[in-house]
Amino acid sequence: MKKYAYFPGCSLEKMAHSYHMSALETTRALGIELKELEDWNCCGATAYFHVDELLAFTLCARNLAMAEKEKLDLVAPCSGCYKNMYFTREHLKHDAGLAEHINEALSEDNLHYAGTSSVRHLIEVFVQDVGFDAIKAKVIKPLKGLRVAPYYGCQILRPRKAKEDVEQPRFFEDLISAIGAEPVDYLLRLSCCSGALIITNRRAALSMVRNLLECAVRSKAAIIATACPLCQVNLECYQKQVNREFGTDLNVPVVYFTQLVGLALGIPPKRLGIGSELVAVMPAIADAIESEPALTK
Amino acid sequence: MNATAETSVTATTAPPEDRIPFVEEIKNLLYASKGNPISTCIQCGTCSATCPVASGGFMDNSPRRIIALIRSGFKEQVLKSNTFWYCASCYQCTVRCPRGIDIAELMYGLKRFTVWRTEHQEGLIGPTFSETFVKMIMRTGRSYEPVLATTYLFTYGLPEMILEAQTATSLMLKGRLPLLPARIKRLENFKRMIRHIIPLGDKE
Ligand code: SF4
Ligand code: SF4
Repeated sequence: MKKYAYFPGCSLEKMAHSYHMSALETTRALGIELKELEDWNCCGATAYFHVDELLAFTLCARNLAMAEKEKLDLVAPCSGCYKNMYFTREHLKHDAGLAEHINEALSEDNLHYAGTSSVRHLIEVFVQDVGFDAIKAKVIKPLKGLRVAPYYGCQILRPRKAKEDVEQPRFFEDLISAIGAEPVDYLLRLSCCSGALIITNRRAALSMVRNLLECAVRSKAAIIATACPLCQVNLECYQKQVNREFGTDLNVPVVYFTQLVGLALGIPPKRLGIGSELVAVMPAIADAIESEPALTK
Repeated sequence: MNATAETSVTATTAPPEDRIPFVEEIKNLLYASKGNPISTCIQCGTCSATCPVASGGFMDNSPRRIIALIRSGFKEQVLKSNTFWYCASCYQCTVRCPRGIDIAELMYGLKRFTVWRTEHQEGLIGPTFSETFVKMIMRTGRSYEPVLATTYLFTYGLPEMILEAQTATSLMLKGRLPLLPARIKRLENFKRMIRHIIPLGDKE
């Protein structure tokens, strides 16, 4: 059983609790152990980097050092946390002076980071470490006929980490195909959900959310799948406000990819946190999970 | 003759801080950027065209124009611009720039620059939000939405405030808002760790 240090991040504690539940349920079903990092701290979101870069690196490094102590790679389900910790690791690796300075601070908490454990996004673990074939083999309720718009958002892809395809990625679509659903092609799948602008510039943010949702709906998506709590909240919880602001009539459910994978693995919706949405999910998925008789393996 | 004497004087004595050209100051901000210096910008406008915020008409100066202003030394206009506070950090500009300039990191750098100097445009939510966020993490090690909400809710007009409150109530009913702030366990060590990096003022 492959094991990772799991860094849930602040949103998964409450706001995105369904992501937390479904991440644990699905990884368990796929033979992966996510061991929650003991006493993890906030990665700093974007605000730290607005104020003090060194402090931001230090906070991320504390989490990295704790994962390293357990000799595990760190997995983050939130794209923001992932990006922050990924690049902190990169900077520490390439700047010995910075690493020394930060390690001095970390010693106050009896920690040290040498750079051995690496940083992964949860969706990478599904796509690269488990793989589509292994996922397919465990699907007992393929989500036949469910039109899913895969929403990549920004920070899984950008800024570029290694040699990945930042313009035409396909892994999210392939994951959706692997669970028997139908990936929908739409133009804005890589565009920004507006991130923290929802707080700092509401008008700009609502108009970005509107464009995205309308684009997905025009392509006849029944549901949107995300891999980040901030994307999910912006796209789902602000739909009513978008409708108010622009006189639109949007009502499209937005879930985490782990929830859809979980359904296909035959996990009951309740255990995946389905039911805590502001835009109801059941009407969109009912056909896919009920009409299809469970395959017996 | 006089001119050469002048040059040699300035070359041997460090210029006072305000004599560092603005473009140099900005260069020093880009520690984390792996990108090329902004002097290599060809003003093609790809960054502005690809930017979802600029192309929606929400920035007073587009990213391309900010770079042009920095290079020509228009410090005042740059610092008072909303561009970087309205940047969503989507990195679309960074991955598309034909000269490999890390524009998104430049935006971060400009945010920090104006926070330190408290020289940002008035009426922005971004700076207060970021500062409150940082203070909160330094106290508890975790973030807590209800405290953050106070930094922006009161800047809203009544209709927006009501909409926000309705959204918050629905989230609360679904069990998605925390009632109490979380805090990490080894908080004392954590605070000592932070003191290595920045002065925290009085011990709490
Ligand atoms: S895309 Fe790059 S080269 Fe073109 S204007 Fe923007 S920063 Fe300059
Ligand atoms: S990172 Fe900022 S400036 Fe660049 S495209 Fe995105 S929002 Fe625009």
